[in-house]
Amino acid sequence: MSSNHHLVLRVVAKLLIPAIALFAFYVQFHGDFGPGGGFQAGVILAVAVILYALIFGVDEARRAVPPWLVRAGCAAGVLIYAGVGVATLIGGEAYLDYDALGPEHHHGQHLGILLVELGVLTTVASVMLAIFYAFAGRAPDIPDEEW
Amino acid sequence: MSAADVISLYPAFIVEHAAPLVVVVPLIAAALAAMTPGQRPAWLITLGATGASTLLAILLLAQTMTQGVVSYALGGWVAPIGIEYRVDQLNAMILLLVGVFGFLCALYAPRSVDDEIPQSMRGLFYSCFLVCFTGLMGVAITGDAFNLFVFLEISSLSTYVLVGIGSHRDRRALTASYNYLILGTIGATFFVLGVGFLYAATGTLNIADMAERLSGLEASSTVRAGFAFIVVGLGLKVAMYPLHSWLPNAYTFAPSVVTAFLASTATKVAFYALVRFFYSVFDPGFVFEGAFWIWLVAPLGVIAMLAASVQAVFQTDIRRLFAFSSVAQVGYMLLGLSFGTAAGLGAGLLHLLNHAMMKGALFMAIGAAALRFGVMRIEEFRGLGRTMPFTMAAFTIAGLSLIGVPLTAGFVSKFALLNAALERGWWWAVVAIAVSSILALIYVGRIIEAAYLKAPPTRDGVSAARAPAPLSMLIPLWTLALANVWFGVNAGFTTSLACNAAMMLTGDGVCIGPGAAP
Amino acid sequence: MGDLIVSHYNYWVVIVLMMMGLYVVFASGNMVKRLVGLGVFQTSVFLFYITLGKVAGGIPPILPEHEGGEDHSTTGASGAATTGGHGEDAHGAEGAHGGDGAAEHAVGGDHAGAVHHDAPIGFEFDASALDATYSNPLPHVLILTAIVVGVATLAVGLALVVGVRDAYGSIEDADISRAEYDLDANGGNA
Repeated sequence: MSSNHHLVLRVVAKLLIPAIALFAFYVQFHGDFGPGGGFQAGVILAVAVILYALIFGVDEARRAVPPWLVRAGCAAGVLIYAGVGVATLIGGEAYLDYDALGPEHHHGQHLGILLVELGVLTTVASVMLAIFYAFAGRAPDIPDEEW
Repeated sequence: MSAADVISLYPAFIVEHAAPLVVVVPLIAAALAAMTPGQRPAWLITLGATGASTLLAILLLAQTMTQGVVSYALGGWVAPIGIEYRVDQLNAMILLLVGVFGFLCALYAPRSVDDEIPQSMRGLFYSCFLVCFTGLMGVAITGDAFNLFVFLEISSLSTYVLVGIGSHRDRRALTASYNYLILGTIGATFFVLGVGFLYAATGTLNIADMAERLSGLEASSTVRAGFAFIVVGLGLKVAMYPLHSWLPNAYTFAPSVVTAFLASTATKVAFYALVRFFYSVFDPGFVFEGAFWIWLVAPLGVIAMLAASVQAVFQTDIRRLFAFSSVAQVGYMLLGLSFGTAAGLGAGLLHLLNHAMMKGALFMAIGAAALRFGVMRIEEFRGLGRTMPFTMAAFTIAGLSLIGVPLTAGFVSKFALLNAALERGWWWAVVAIAVSSILALIYVGRIIEAAYLKAPPTRDGVSAARAPAPLSMLIPLWTLALANVWFGVNAGFTTSLACNAAMMLTGDGVCIGPGAAP
Repeated sequence: MGDLIVSHYNYWVVIVLMMMGLYVVFASGNMVKRLVGLGVFQTSVFLFYITLGKVAGGIPPILPEHEGGEDHSTTGASGAATTGGHGEDAHGAEGAHGGDGAAEHAVGGDHAGAVHHDAPIGFEFDASALDATYSNPLPHVLILTAIVVGVATLAVGLALVVGVRDAYGSIEDADISRAEYDLDANGGNA
């Protein structure tokens, strides 16, 4: 694909992608006030990278977000989630009882759900990208010329 | 050593939080295994996590022995509002089973994995194995119906992947895994639909709470529809006879260690879930449930025992043969369950434990043969008694146990099942057990005949050399083979596990009599 | 009869979707189409759960803000979701059945009422908020989980289909069976 193709698309995408990523974090941090949370935010964040890959090519996207990072992210999210649980255990409460995380009830609950949602965000975004890379990274067995 | 002594060996912190840790430890280990680059660290993590989970399962079993039910409120949200982990005598037994077999399979895994799975996937294979282990532990420990669905799918999804990895040896693993995925997902969706019906009728998802609120709702068609959907859903996961079509191919084409693990745990855990719903959630006294047992579960169990055994006799691939045999053995367990008595359920649960030991040993021995000679068909097993003497000796012990020869574990549970059938007065069940055992003698006998009475294959006039299996395989294999003998001679431990669970569930005071054990 | 269809239209949608999905799963010979059918089938169950949670005249289960500090109002809101989830089961059951008057609803209602008083932590909110009718959010949460499970299933399924395409050069059952049959006929063990 020559570089001057899809000029409008490229410019629009460059404007949109940061906004999409930002919106993902808005949804993430808004999750404990209203509708939103890690699942939705993770998918939106992954969409930003997938859009980048669609416009600029999967190879470019792989350079920006390398597959090893994606694989580590899948595991890291689980570790954050389970780690919060272990932290509450060490804090002397039941597993995932966020009260252990803060000096008083509200504070602990607030911090706990935020951290767990962060773990969800990490894993969901990484898994979405892993799925995308796995399917999009395959060489098409019908070359473009044969269409 | 008494149960209280066992508990005193653990630190107080662990004793307090054993219930969540038994699931969380393998979950964290799975994430760590996915992050580590090499396969050896991943394997060590797997071994450590399954071992730690086993120790925790032993602790939980000891706790249920001293205090009855262990209840743990996750997040401090007390049941029925929050998700509860609830361990009683029934699932303490299942937790121990999954833990022990997870550990033994982890011990067995490295040589087999090196042989059958490409280098780049081995780290992720161990991670996937641990996720499956986590899911099975979760199904066994949770006290929440929807949470049970989630764990069931965690274990199933990783199982599809584990079966599919076998495609590097045989591409048919892919279609086997795909069919398993389609049927498994239909089963899980039916199950969740059934749970939805029960939620509509009771307004709760906590299993203990649901049971309480269901009493008196016997006439409700919502409850009956929920019952039907749950039975079909879990029936697919258990491989109840007409719903078993996913199982033979999945067992045949999965990597050896995966087959050994699945055969000894996955259907067992699904069977546990079925028992939990039959006895804990629904009241066994419900008229529709009693009729269902007599008119559907018992006949299907008997048909499975006979038809699947006949199918096993005609197989040429050994793993396929034992896969059909597994379907038949599920029939034994279902038959025991359908008696509706403590003796019957106890015999079914005892057979569940014993069958895990037999099939674990058999599939491990087959995996060792596959590693050394790449053999999978019965005629290829000829002379294996001479070329792999230790492996085949263990194989023979487990095979005899499968037939039900006295002094093996299989005899104890079949004898208990016969007693329960006589107690109920079901002569046709007695006949079915006898016929099915004869069929088992035929299909196991064919292999043992090939292994011991036929000469090893020769190449250029030279007979195949002795090639014993590596020690890392022989240790778990012989552990299980000796367990088959030990629990055949001295069945006190397994019998009391199964009986205590059965008596707790049925409320009967008498279970398998002392006369059951020889 | 017409009344039965109109007043329970949501269940009819669920049943029709479920049957369509199952039919595609069993009737189609194309592996991707079967996964699509599986997705439709699962979606019908999601829809069933969602209709369970809808309460006639119910409002979203978010408690109105209490006069006071920022901190209190936020925990009030998140806490309300939890109390609502477990306390409003009575409404959930009624809404689900469109009030067709079977005895089970009354039973469900009694118990849910009992649960309501067991709410473990006190929240700060307007007392009048307790009198409002809320929709039951719990089924939504459950289905969010089930959707994630469904997505994971679809991903694994598609990955397997891609593998089958590589190994057999086709994703049609008929072609795959033929390839296997040829293999068996040639006595190969692959």
